[in-house]
Amino acid sequence: MRGGRLELQGLRRTFGGVVATDNVSLDFAAGSLSAIIGPNGAGKTTLFHLISGRVKPTSGRVLLDGKDVTGLDRQDIVRHGVGRAFQVANLFPSFTVAESLAAAILTHEGCTASLLRAFPPADVAARAAEVMELCGLHDLADVTSKHLSHGDQKLLDIALALALDPKVLLLDEPTAGMGPEERWRMIERVHRLWEARRMTLVFIEHDMDIVFRIAETVRVLRYGAVLAQGTPEEVRRNPAVIKAYLGAEHALDGDAA
Amino acid sequence: MRTALSWRGDVLVAALAFVALAVPAFALGVSSVHDFAVRFAIFGLLAMSLNLLIGTTGLVSFGHAAFFGSGAYAFGLLMQSGGWSVPAAILAAMAFTAVLALAIGTLCVRLSEIYFAFLTLAFQMLIHSLVISWVSLTGGDQGLMGGVPKPPFLGIDLGDARHLAMFSAFCLLVSVVALRQIVRSPFGAALRMLRDNPERAAFVGLSIFRYRLAAFVIAGTFAGLAGVLMSLYVSGAFPTFLYWTTSGEAIFMIMLGGITVFLGPLVGTAIFLVLNDRITNITEHHGLVMGSILLVLVLGLRKGLLDFVVDAWRERQEKRT
Repeated sequence: MRGGRLELQGLRRTFGGVVATDNVSLDFAAGSLSAIIGPNGAGKTTLFHLISGRVKPTSGRVLLDGKDVTGLDRQDIVRHGVGRAFQVANLFPSFTVAESLAAAILTHEGCTASLLRAFPPADVAARAAEVMELCGLHDLADVTSKHLSHGDQKLLDIALALALDPKVLLLDEPTAGMGPEERWRMIERVHRLWEARRMTLVFIEHDMDIVFRIAETVRVLRYGAVLAQGTPEEVRRNPAVIKAYLGAEHALDGDAA
Repeated sequence: MRTALSWRGDVLVAALAFVALAVPAFALGVSSVHDFAVRFAIFGLLAMSLNLLIGTTGLVSFGHAAFFGSGAYAFGLLMQSGGWSVPAAILAAMAFTAVLALAIGTLCVRLSEIYFAFLTLAFQMLIHSLVISWVSLTGGDQGLMGGVPKPPFLGIDLGDARHLAMFSAFCLLVSVVALRQIVRSPFGAALRMLRDNPERAAFVGLSIFRYRLAAFVIAGTFAGLAGVLMSLYVSGAFPTFLYWTTSGEAIFMIMLGGITVFLGPLVGTAIFLVLNDRITNITEHHGLVMGSILLVLVLGLRKGLLDFVVDAWRERQEKRT
């Protein structure tokens, strides 16, 4: 499945008196690779919650390939092709890597009502193996999820979303809690996955080196609202972004002054 | 292929178990053995069905006896009304508990953990009160009196203790084979996903509500079958069948045997029944003794016996390799 176009129109969400997401309108082109950055509490994860149906928006719309998916249940939004991975790896602890992926594929295909077959069916196990190959998890196929290292847990979390062959893949800080080297390995892997599948990929990231190296476009959030967006160069030159978030370190020369 | 083989393997093991039970039971003809076989089948089935909720789906129900008791009353009333053959009444009683489980489950499975547990408990008490107060139908706290007629079918006379013992064992074995297939099917995998992490299950596209409800109905239906056997055994039906203490005993059996190993609840049932019989012979304060045993198990092993044995065995295997 190729990427799908994701449009957010005037998304707004309040919790009591707090505006977590404030009139966010963003457009992610089909097959694009975008980063979302912003200070802590800028509403990045809330935005993912709103897109993926974990939290319902107060107002505004989410469109996938022009189709309104606003306010649908989580599992329906997944079925429409929006997969997501989590900031803290969100797994099935007692399943092995291979079982987790097979279970995700079966669920996605709506074949979990079957009582007469054994789990996992051979064809599904083969497809799970493909996903493991793609993600570099094949050596860990028979390891129980709860016994995986932190980095491999994050990778399996992404693989679970990937197993659903999503049109849009949302990754919430894929490199959270990793050392510098591990970060680069992870992000290179993510980049290769994107090149292989060309889904629309949106990721939240705090490491600016990573963001400016791999993202095609960057969206900056602050106080729940869109502060700036554009190519990495444009964003790095944007005085408002430098002032609010980047500081002088990542600003392009000549513009920081 | 694998599916077909594993199916046959289970059926083969079950058939062998049946023969292994049947031959001595008929040869010995000791009534206490027959009694034990029937009670083991009844409570084993109750515990196994409850463990589909607790161990497989991660739903701790405190109201499982509601379906056990309903199965017993439904079967008893149908047989007393006349005109029903035993197999037809069994199927009808199971269908009745399935519908009841569907209605109660629809309201309960939306809640999680402690709220789910309490609501199942509340529904059980509601049904218990209903049975107590509807004297004209159920006999109130006297229970369903006058005996349950058991017209012979296919040469099986359930009035005969040996026949009843074998029939109960047969029902248990068929149910266990069916439950085992349920647990290891794709459907069972979905239930285990819900136990492990319902939120993530939803984010790969699983309907939490539908699958929990399906597990609740299946578990309720098998508990209904256990209730039918109970009704055949005591030739009646009593309000204690659907009192919360019966649910508690089923949970106790599961905790004794272990929740993570498929046959754990059966081991727990056997231990529970033997202990219960021995202790009641010795002292009136059997609750005190059983409570102490549970305490030792929970604080000492922190898991059921079979869980403990299997974990210890696995560790030894890992050390060797």
